[in-house]
Amino acid sequence: MSFLTRRGWISAVVMALLAVLPPVFFLTGNAFYLDLATRLSILAIAAVSLNLILGYGGLVSFGHAAFVGLGAYAVGIPAHHWLYGGLDFLATTSGFVQVPLAVAVTALFALITGAVCLRTKGVYFIMITMAFAQMIYYLIVSIEEYGGDDGLVIDTRSELPLIDLDNPLQLFGLAYVSLLVAMLLVRMITRSRFGMVLQGAKGNEERMVTLGFNIYAYRLTAYVISGAMCGYAGALLGNFTTFISPEMMDWSRSGELMFMVILGGAATTLGPVLGAIAFIVVEEILSSFTIYWHLPFGLMLMGVVLFARGGLMGLLRGRREDGE
Amino acid sequence: MNAVLDISGLNKSFGGIKATDDLNLSVRAGELHAVIGPNGAGKTTLISQLTGMQKPDSGRIRFKGRDITAMAPYSRAHLGIARSFQITSLILEMSVLDNIALALQAREGHSFRFIRPAHALTRLRAEALALLDRVGLADKADQPTVALSHGEHRHMEIAIALASKAELMLLDEPMAGLGIEESAQMVELLRGIKGRHTILLIEHDMDAVFALADRISVLVYGHIIATGSPDEIRGNEAVQHAYLGEE
Repeated sequence: MSFLTRRGWISAVVMALLAVLPPVFFLTGNAFYLDLATRLSILAIAAVSLNLILGYGGLVSFGHAAFVGLGAYAVGIPAHHWLYGGLDFLATTSGFVQVPLAVAVTALFALITGAVCLRTKGVYFIMITMAFAQMIYYLIVSIEEYGGDDGLVIDTRSELPLIDLDNPLQLFGLAYVSLLVAMLLVRMITRSRFGMVLQGAKGNEERMVTLGFNIYAYRLTAYVISGAMCGYAGALLGNFTTFISPEMMDWSRSGELMFMVILGGAATTLGPVLGAIAFIVVEEILSSFTIYWHLPFGLMLMGVVLFARGGLMGLLRGRREDGE
Repeated sequence: MNAVLDISGLNKSFGGIKATDDLNLSVRAGELHAVIGPNGAGKTTLISQLTGMQKPDSGRIRFKGRDITAMAPYSRAHLGIARSFQITSLILEMSVLDNIALALQAREGHSFRFIRPAHALTRLRAEALALLDRVGLADKADQPTVALSHGEHRHMEIAIALASKAELMLLDEPMAGLGIEESAQMVELLRGIKGRHTILLIEHDMDAVFALADRISVLVYGHIIATGSPDEIRGNEAVQHAYLGEE
């Protein structure tokens, strides 16, 4: 038995490159590429968490950008009050408040909306998750205090002991390590008994219910975990951009996350990361040629869906060569 | 009375069609009770109401004396009712062993267990393998379910019903789509299970039913027109007229 499967090797190589290349670019004077890698890592965390319910759970959530946005505002709003006063109980720049707040708020939002959404199936589920996300979007737009449409500029990042998020290398390090942890967490969950139930319910709902599983409860739990992880990604994104706007939770952002998961390979550990890499790289290249870069992008996705089932991960892995 | 399952006055309509019409049926502990009836007699609708997938319009279903008419489907499984499906209903993308292991997992209370890999639970794996052995599929344990034949899927259905250690097994046409030889194997398999579980067998295959059943009920247009031993049913004029005559 070899130490790693082919799939394992691919993951190890990709993740090692992602760890090493960006700092090398940074130290050789290409700071831009480090920023790109930080954004990529953060989006990949969101995609990895979406994969938990979309890939493994078979639940097509079209509203995951709302969790990212809420997570970002959970950093931005306390920072805003710390800078400009008001709501003293909330005003802080401490990461120990902001990050748990992001996770808690998004978990709660996932619990409430999930409880409703998961009563529906198929297209209805897609539409209702999107509707909830748009609700939050318009709610934020309507709040003048936090910049409404224009968004919220915060000049201060979360303060944490030992690491300084104003240092781009350290911010990237945090995002990268967070991504690794998120990947391992989702991998652990999906391989556990809980994960077996989640995947079983995707494969055959009626069978699982007949066996005695209350699949609603399992799905809701997965939805909350996924939402909270996305919220964490949002907290990182807020720190990265220091400009937090409702645009972060636009429905097209949710679509992009879905794109990453499906393009990369749903229900695989590395798939969403590959998807995020492809998304960021292609976006960079195409958008330098044309502002209509979404068009070739869409064609690419169609090509993958039609001709490479299993996404990029499926292409790399070759034909069903490791059954685990 | 030692009825495990007691159905009284059950009614269910879809639009103007009465799929279940004042249905009364009682299944005794330990017996293999077969329900036969022509196509469209309402056999599957009956099973759906027993598992809770459909709600009856009126009537009562009691399991071991307890009214389960309005109970959620997953709760019924916990009480000890297992079901095999007429149309094979497995998790095709999972391995054969995983399908059985999930059924065993269901028996052990909740599965909100996030840390240990399910594949590392050797006790569950071993028990699942033993069940597969019993239905003759041990050598296929690691194959993806989708790769198995229809007949093998039918055997998996039985293994899953067995895994639940249910007191009452609802078997919905286990012979459906099987060839002559496969049917014979299935009859042998069921003969081995019979007596250890109470079984309600819904079946089209007359040879199988008369070979296996302790008692038979005949369902016609949603109503039970006769219940009795295989010999009694064979001799029953109303049954011959309504059903057997058409074969």
